[in-house]
Amino acid sequence: MSDVSAPLGVPVARATSGLVATGRMARRRIVNTVLWGIAGLMTALVAIPVAWVLIGVVRKGVAGWHWSVLATTTTSANGGGLANAIVGTTVIVVGVVVIAGIVGVAGGIYLAEFSGAKEGSIVRGASEVLAGVPSIVLGYVGYVALVYHFHWGFSLLAAWIVLSVLCVPYIVKTTEVALRNVPTAYRDGSEALGMPTGYALRRVVLRPALPGIATGLIVAVAIALGETAPLLYTASWSDKFPTAQLTHANVPFLTYPVWTFYNLPAASAHRLAAEAALILIVMVVMLIILSRIVVARTQRHSENSGVR
Amino acid sequence: MTDGRTSVTHPPVAKPPGDGARPRTSRRDTQGLVRWTTRVAAVLPGLALVAVIVVLALEAVPVIPVNGLHFFTTNTWNPGNSYSQPVISHGVQMPAGASYGALPLITGTLESSAIAMLIAVPVALGTALVVVDKLPKRLSSAVGMFLEMLAGIPSVVFGLWGALTLGPFLVHHVSPFIASHVPDVPPFRFLKGPVGSGEGLLPSGVVLGIMVLPIVAATTRDLLRQVPRGTREGAMALGMTDAEVIRWVDLRWIRSGFVGACILGLGRALGETMAVAMVSGAVLGANPANLYATMTTIAATIVSQLDYALSDATGFALGTLAEAGLLLMVISLSANVVARFLVRRSSAGVALPVGRGI
Repeated sequence: MSDVSAPLGVPVARATSGLVATGRMARRRIVNTVLWGIAGLMTALVAIPVAWVLIGVVRKGVAGWHWSVLATTTTSANGGGLANAIVGTTVIVVGVVVIAGIVGVAGGIYLAEFSGAKEGSIVRGASEVLAGVPSIVLGYVGYVALVYHFHWGFSLLAAWIVLSVLCVPYIVKTTEVALRNVPTAYRDGSEALGMPTGYALRRVVLRPALPGIATGLIVAVAIALGETAPLLYTASWSDKFPTAQLTHANVPFLTYPVWTFYNLPAASAHRLAAEAALILIVMVVMLIILSRIVVARTQRHSENSGVR
Repeated sequence: MTDGRTSVTHPPVAKPPGDGARPRTSRRDTQGLVRWTTRVAAVLPGLALVAVIVVLALEAVPVIPVNGLHFFTTNTWNPGNSYSQPVISHGVQMPAGASYGALPLITGTLESSAIAMLIAVPVALGTALVVVDKLPKRLSSAVGMFLEMLAGIPSVVFGLWGALTLGPFLVHHVSPFIASHVPDVPPFRFLKGPVGSGEGLLPSGVVLGIMVLPIVAATTRDLLRQVPRGTREGAMALGMTDAEVIRWVDLRWIRSGFVGACILGLGRALGETMAVAMVSGAVLGANPANLYATMTTIAATIVSQLDYALSDATGFALGTLAEAGLLLMVISLSANVVARFLVRRSSAGVALPVGRGI
């Protein structure tokens, strides 16, 4: 790009100034083509790992698939099925969506509707930094504080709290963004009509933001579903179905067999690892499609759907 | 930003006619109630962050003077003999012969993240440019979906794929090619030598690169969308080619934000746990000798050693893992904070992704 060395960074002034420019024009065109070629290649490169992971996991999972995996529990010899883990993951995810959902949506509402600029940036910053804490650190702290010092033992409650801490920042962020996309005129309008703030929030402002908030919750489900490190030392693992006990009862979850069973000697363990990965992938794909549908519906009503 | 919206605090001008059931005071009350309950919720993430740091620090503080500076400079990771009588050092009980050096974890973390960035950054930039400038909406939303898939695939599934598919592929088809074709001179010597077993630094770096790609690409894409259309069109009107517009307008405009986006991805790569634990070999005690050697990272060590640390009755191993965790927190959180500052400075309108970039 030596031809663009003009001091003001306006390379083209000279390009138009006569015959000398033809070689330069050709070179600029080549540079342009090469750049888009490389950029296009990079875009294509994104699809490769997605397809490779999906095909690899589906292939391995389907190879040994039998439906009894969904109906039987894991045996102590690491054979059998994954019904206990599926139920355990469901219980964990539902609890996390309730806890993190309430805290996250409320926090997002505060950031979008009530907080001042300075307070908002501190609260938002704390939430974003929390999202940057490595998940294994959360798992460690969950073990030391909840399982050990609080004497809860490996438990559903510890798993819920640790995973909720992990998910809350996502929900706070998506809720805040969704509310900020609601036109200010809605707030002014409801105020002009004399609505109490709580009522206006519930009936006017929150309504158009609901699909965005729902997307955030779906993302939280996907995260809670796929996390392993925070659960290993809080939920631990169990061959049995989870009980209704909040403390002192191990909880099985779906990512555990993937992490533990893949390098055990037994073939049945390999099969379970592959099947657990397949179930996880299917769930994640369904959640992404669901969130896409929700987003598509939102954009029909959004003010800024025309951005490039 | 919110100042315009907080104007709802002053009382409504006109009362609805005949509204006896809902006097003005009760309106103030609802508002106060909503305001304060949501405020409590908004403060919770900050409290959780403080709690995490305090718990880590409390566990780590007793062992820090014992591990001393050689924690950062030596390679041995020796939990000691847990069957013999514990010894006391600096007033802390520890198993006889215990000695912890985290240098290989630190270099492993930095090297695998560096490889990840080498892979993720160009792909992310290219993708973002194409998505913003070239693709019709339908296609760019398809690329967006691929990125979401990458961000959504659980880390253990990447680990499983890395261990069973990518690792063997690299060791059979890629590593031997690199090892035999690079010149045997000092900067490239790291790429020579035995190609290992398929578990190690290269596959870890590649998996990490794939995993942080979405957060870098999505942030860069959002930054590019903020470049003012008028400036770009002005540059085009001067006769600049696309490449020149990108070089002189787009990249100039998003420069610090793009660096921020990369650091955001870096922070993620540094802290990623499960996939690296499954793909790196999680081998303690030595720095990787070459690109293909087995290694471990701080996060992978915590997850794979915690089980053992719980069996150390003196609690010294647990404390040491807290020290490693604290070190990891310091590195990845400072990356995170710097990144967010840079992106915000570059463009206030970008809603920053959290986590892996959803």
